[in-house]
Amino acid sequence: MQNLEPLSSEILAAIDAAESLEALDNVRIETLGKKGRVSLMMRDLGGMEPEARKQAGQDLNVLKDTIARAIETRQTILADAALTERLAAQRVDVSLPSRPHIDARLHPLSRTIEEVVAIFAEMGFVVAEGPDIESDYYNFTALNIPEEHPARQEHDTFYLPPDADGKRKVLRTHTSPVQVRTMETSEPPIRIIVPGRTYRSDHDATHSPMFHQCEGLVIGDGIHMGHLKGCLIDFCRAFFGVDDLPVRFRPSYFPFTEPSAEVDIGCTRDGGGLKIGAGDDWLEILGSGMVNPRVLENCGYDPDKYQGFAFGMGIERIAMLKYGIPDLRTFYDSDLRWMRHYGFLPFDAPSIHAGLVGGSV
Amino acid sequence: MKFTRDWLFDHLDTDRSLDEILDILPMLGLEVESVTDRAAALAPFTIAEVVSAVQHPNADKLRVCMVNTGSGDPIQVVCGAPNARAGMKGVFAPAGAYVPGIDLTLKVGEIRGEASNGMLCSEREMQLSDEHDGIIDLPDDAPVGAAFAPYAGLDDPVIEIAITPNRADCLGVRGVARDLAAAGYGHLKDVDFAAHDGGYDSPVQWAIDPAAKAFCPRVTGRGFRGLTNGNSPSWMAGRLNAVGQRPISALVDITNYVMIDLGRPLHAYDVAKINGDTLTIRPAKDGETLTALNEKHYSLDASMCIIADDHGADDLAGIMGGARTGVSDTTTEMFLEVAIFDPISVATTARKLNINSDARYRFERGLDVTSPDWVHGHVARLVLSICGGEASHIVSAGDGANWQRQIFLSYDKVQKLTGMDVAIIDQQKILHTLGFTIVACDDDQGDGGWQVSPPAWRGDIDGAADLVEEIGRIHGYDNLTMAHLPREHVVAQPSLSPAQARLFRTRRALAGCGLMEAVTFSFLSESYAQAFGGGADHLKLVNPISADLSVMRPSILPNLLAAAARNQDRGEADVAMFEVGPVFLGDQPDEQRTACSGIRHGATAPREWHGAMRKTDVFDAKADAEVALAALGVRSAGLQTMAEAPGYFHPNRSGALMQGRTKLASFGELHPRIAEMFGLRGTVVGFEIHVDDVPMPKSKGPARSLLSMSVFQPVSRDFAFIVDADVTAGDLLRAVKSGAGPLLSDMHVFDVYQGANIEAGKKSVAITITLSPTKATLTDEEIEKMSASVIALAAKNCGAVLRG
Repeated sequence: MQNLEPLSSEILAAIDAAESLEALDNVRIETLGKKGRVSLMMRDLGGMEPEARKQAGQDLNVLKDTIARAIETRQTILADAALTERLAAQRVDVSLPSRPHIDARLHPLSRTIEEVVAIFAEMGFVVAEGPDIESDYYNFTALNIPEEHPARQEHDTFYLPPDADGKRKVLRTHTSPVQVRTMETSEPPIRIIVPGRTYRSDHDATHSPMFHQCEGLVIGDGIHMGHLKGCLIDFCRAFFGVDDLPVRFRPSYFPFTEPSAEVDIGCTRDGGGLKIGAGDDWLEILGSGMVNPRVLENCGYDPDKYQGFAFGMGIERIAMLKYGIPDLRTFYDSDLRWMRHYGFLPFDAPSIHAGLVGGSV
Repeated sequence: MKFTRDWLFDHLDTDRSLDEILDILPMLGLEVESVTDRAAALAPFTIAEVVSAVQHPNADKLRVCMVNTGSGDPIQVVCGAPNARAGMKGVFAPAGAYVPGIDLTLKVGEIRGEASNGMLCSEREMQLSDEHDGIIDLPDDAPVGAAFAPYAGLDDPVIEIAITPNRADCLGVRGVARDLAAAGYGHLKDVDFAAHDGGYDSPVQWAIDPAAKAFCPRVTGRGFRGLTNGNSPSWMAGRLNAVGQRPISALVDITNYVMIDLGRPLHAYDVAKINGDTLTIRPAKDGETLTALNEKHYSLDASMCIIADDHGADDLAGIMGGARTGVSDTTTEMFLEVAIFDPISVATTARKLNINSDARYRFERGLDVTSPDWVHGHVARLVLSICGGEASHIVSAGDGANWQRQIFLSYDKVQKLTGMDVAIIDQQKILHTLGFTIVACDDDQGDGGWQVSPPAWRGDIDGAADLVEEIGRIHGYDNLTMAHLPREHVVAQPSLSPAQARLFRTRRALAGCGLMEAVTFSFLSESYAQAFGGGADHLKLVNPISADLSVMRPSILPNLLAAAARNQDRGEADVAMFEVGPVFLGDQPDEQRTACSGIRHGATAPREWHGAMRKTDVFDAKADAEVALAALGVRSAGLQTMAEAPGYFHPNRSGALMQGRTKLASFGELHPRIAEMFGLRGTVVGFEIHVDDVPMPKSKGPARSLLSMSVFQPVSRDFAFIVDADVTAGDLLRAVKSGAGPLLSDMHVFDVYQGANIEAGKKSVAITITLSPTKATLTDEEIEKMSASVIALAAKNCGAVLRG
C-alpha cells in the first residue's frame, strides 16, 4: 500500500484553500464522492491480499475520516463567514423611530373620580346617580332652601322654561339632590357617594358654568359628627397621599346640614408653589355637616330616629390640587396638548392595592 | 362685612390681640377674608407746617413753599395746590416715599428751576378719598412732625369677614363682638339703649295699608327738628371711610353708622319734603314709578311694597329710599324710619328691580324684629350730639312680629349629634352668652334638658340641631373627636354597579385604541343642537351664559367636532377623541341618556417613514364602535350592520350596528355639510352609542363555558365571488356562513376589487373560511361538498358567481 501522507496533505490543503461552500463541495466530490480519489482507492481494496487489505483499509478509513472532519470544519468556517457577510448586508438604522403608536389618555376628571370611588369603596360607600336636569323641589326645596332664600340666590342657577303648570326645571347646582332621591327610595343604613356634573351660571378664571362635584351621604345608627370628621380626614389623607395631612373643621352654613362645617387641609405657599400637607396655611376643599332634620323629614325619615352626615366637594378642585393643574377652564377645552400632559394612561388604574397616585409617564 | 379693630373694641372688652381674634373668627364660622393695615402704606407721611408759600418765579400755578417737617430746618417743596398757604398744616411726603395715589416714589428734583424735596399731599394722592381740589388742610392743633396715619385714625386695621346667610346677627359689629365674647375672647360691653323721651309730637305718622300687614309687622319713627346737617365728626367719617362707606352728611352717616354698628338699617326723610303728614306702607300700584337715592328710575308692580306720602311712592321699603324725600345738606327737620319688613318680599322685589344695597342685604337675611322698639334712644343721642336740635315723641304702627319660640334641647343632644362631651354648665354658659334664655325642664319622655328661647336677633335658629351647632362651634370643632366609620365588611364590596363599572371599562378600552378622553360642556349652541336632532324649546336654557352654551346637548358629537376644529386651528389636524357623558332627549330624568361617542379627523398617524399613515375612514369609526361595544359587553360577531345611521352622517358611508332590531351604535363619516359647519377640513368620522340601549351582559357567574378544542386539522378554503356592485359583503358572508354549515370556525373578507377584468357594475369579493372538524379529519369529498354548498348558496342568495 502506498504512503497516504502526501495525498492526505494535498487534500487537506485543497480543503483549506476552498474559499466558498461550492469549492469545498467540489473538493468533497473529488475525494469522497462516488468517483472521488479516496472512494476509488477504497474500491481498489477488493483486489488486495487480505493481510494488506486490512492494513490499507484501516489507513484509508483514517484518511476518509480526516478529510470528512476537515471538510466539516471548513464548512462551519465558511458558513459562519457567509452568515456574517449576509448579516452585514442586512444592517438597518435602528435609530429610526418605531412604528407610530398613539397612546391616548384618560381625562384627569375620570381619573380623579375613580380615585375618589376607590377610597370610598374601602369605607363601604356605593356610587349613586341622579339627573342633571332637576326639579326645583329636589335641587332646593327638599334640601331646606326655600324660594327667595339668600342661600338660593348664591347658587346662580340655570333655568329651563316653565312647563304647563308654571314649574321650571333647573340644571342641578350641586349633587345634593341625589341625597334626597336616595333617601326617598331606600332605607338606612345608607352610604353613598355621588360624583357628577353640576352647573352654575358663572364663568371666569375660577368658575366654569359646568363642573363636577362628589356628594356623600351617610345615614346609620349612632353616626355623629365625629364620624364625619373621621371619614373626611381618612379620605383626604388617602387621596392626597399624605399620612399626617393636617385637616381642620370650621363652622359654616349649608341649609341642608346642621351643624355644618367647612373642611380645610394644611398647605404651604412658601416659594411660590402650593404644597399640600405641611405649613401654616389652610386650603378649603369640602363642605359638610350633619343632615338637617328638615331634610330627613322631607325624605320621610324620622329625625328622632335617624341621623347622619353629608358632604360635597369639587372634583376639579381636588384634581387641580393633587396634580398641579393650574387652570379650571382648561378641563373642558379638549386641547390635545393639555390632554397629553395632564391625562392618564388607560391601564394605570387607581386602586387601593396598586396605589392612588397616577403616573406622569 | 367690614369693620375696624377699634370699632370692634367699642363693643368688646378684651385683652386679646388682634392676631388671636383673627385666628378664632374662622373657627366661630366668621371667615376672615382680608385684614388691611392702612397705616403701613402711609408710614412715611408726616404732619408738617407750611412756613411760607410764595409764587413760583417760572410758573403761574405753582408755589414755592418752605415746609417745617418738625426736624431740622424747613425744606423747600414746590406745590401746585391752590390752597397751599403760609401757616397751614398739611401732610408731607419726603423724597423716597412711595405715594400710592400717583404710583410714584418721590425723588429730590427741580420743578421749573426750583428745588423740590418732597410733596404736600391731597387725599387722593394718599388713596384716602377722591378728594383732589387741594392738599390736605389739617386743623391748627395738628402736631407737626408726628406720623399722619395714627393722627388720622388710619392705624386702625380694617377687617373683612364673610357672613354666611344664616348669620344676619353678624351684619353688625356688635354681633361679631357677641360671638367673640361667647368664645371667651372678652366681654360684650354695654351700649346705652335707654329710651330718649321726645319733646314734641312727631310731624309724621305711620300707616300700614291692610294689604301690607304681612309685609310690615312693625314700624316706628320719630321727628327731629332744629338740626344742623353738615360733615359728620371725623371719628365717624373715618370709620365709614375705612369700611368703604363714603361719608355724605352727618344725618346720612349716622344711619349708615348704626347699620354697620348694630346691623340695623335706618332711613332718614326730610320732613319738609314729605307731602302730607302720613307715610303709608302699602303695595305699589302697577305702573307706579319712583326715583331712588341712586338716581335711577324704577317702575313698580303690585307685588312690591313701598312707602308713600300724599304725593305717591318714594321709598323702596327695606331696599332703598327715594330721591324726592331724602335728606340733604340743608335739612333741618328729619323723620327717622325704623321698620321691620318681610325678608322674602324684600328679596323678591330687590331681585326684580335688580338692586343690591346694604339695607336689602340685611333685611332679606332678617333683622332683630324687636329693634324698632329699642334703637330710638341710642340713635337720638347720636343725632342730637352731632346735629343738635330736638327729638319728637315716637310714632309707630303694626303689632310686631311673632318671634318668640321655645326649642327643647336635651342634655345629651350635643353628645348624640356631634360626639363631643361638653359639660352641661358649659353648654348653658355658651347659650347664655349668645343671648339665649334657657329654662331647665323634661320633655314628654322625661328626658332632661332645657326649653331654649332664642334671642330676637337669631331668626335663623329653628331647631335643636341649630342649638347644637351654636354650642359646638363656640366649644370648638377642634374638639370633635375623630371616629373612623365602622367597617361593615372585612373585605370591601364593589362600590360601582356593573352598569357603572362598564363605563369606566369602556373609557379604558377607547383610550387604549388611541382616542383621547374629552370632557365637554352639557350645553351647546342652538344651531349645533338642531344639526344633531336637538334644540327643542324645553331644553333651551332661560338664562344661558352665552349663545354658544344655551341648549342641552342631544349628542356629544358636535362638542367633539368643535374641539377637533379648535385643535385644527392650533395646527393639530389629526384628532382622535371620545367622551362618555350625558345627552338630553327631553327634560325628564329618563330622557337623560348616557352616550359614548368618538371622532377621528385627519390621518391615523403623523407623517412618518414606515408609511403607516393613512387617512381615517368609516372603518376606523366602525372599529371604535365595536371596541366600545365589546367593553360594554356585546361581541360584534353577533351584530348586523345596517345602513341606518342618523342624517348627520354621510348617507352612503355610514351604518348602524344592530342586535336584532335594537340599534346599539351608529358610525360613519360625518356628513360633509356637518364637517363644513364646524370648519373641519377633509373627512371626519365618528360613532355614537347610547349606552342605556346596550343590554347588560347576562350574568352567568364567573365560570366560563367549557372550551372544547378539536384535535383534527382545520381546513381553510378561499372563494372569490363576482357579485353585483350593490350586493353587500354582509349578505354574502351570511350566505357563505349558511353554506359552510356547523363546522365553520372563522370567516373573513380578504379582498374586494372593482376595475380591470371585472365587468362594469360588478365587483369581486374574496372570502376565506376555516372549517374545524370535531369528529374526524375532513375528507376531500366532504370538503368538496361543503364548497359546492357555499357556492350554491352564494349564487342563490346573492347572485354570486365564482370568479374563473
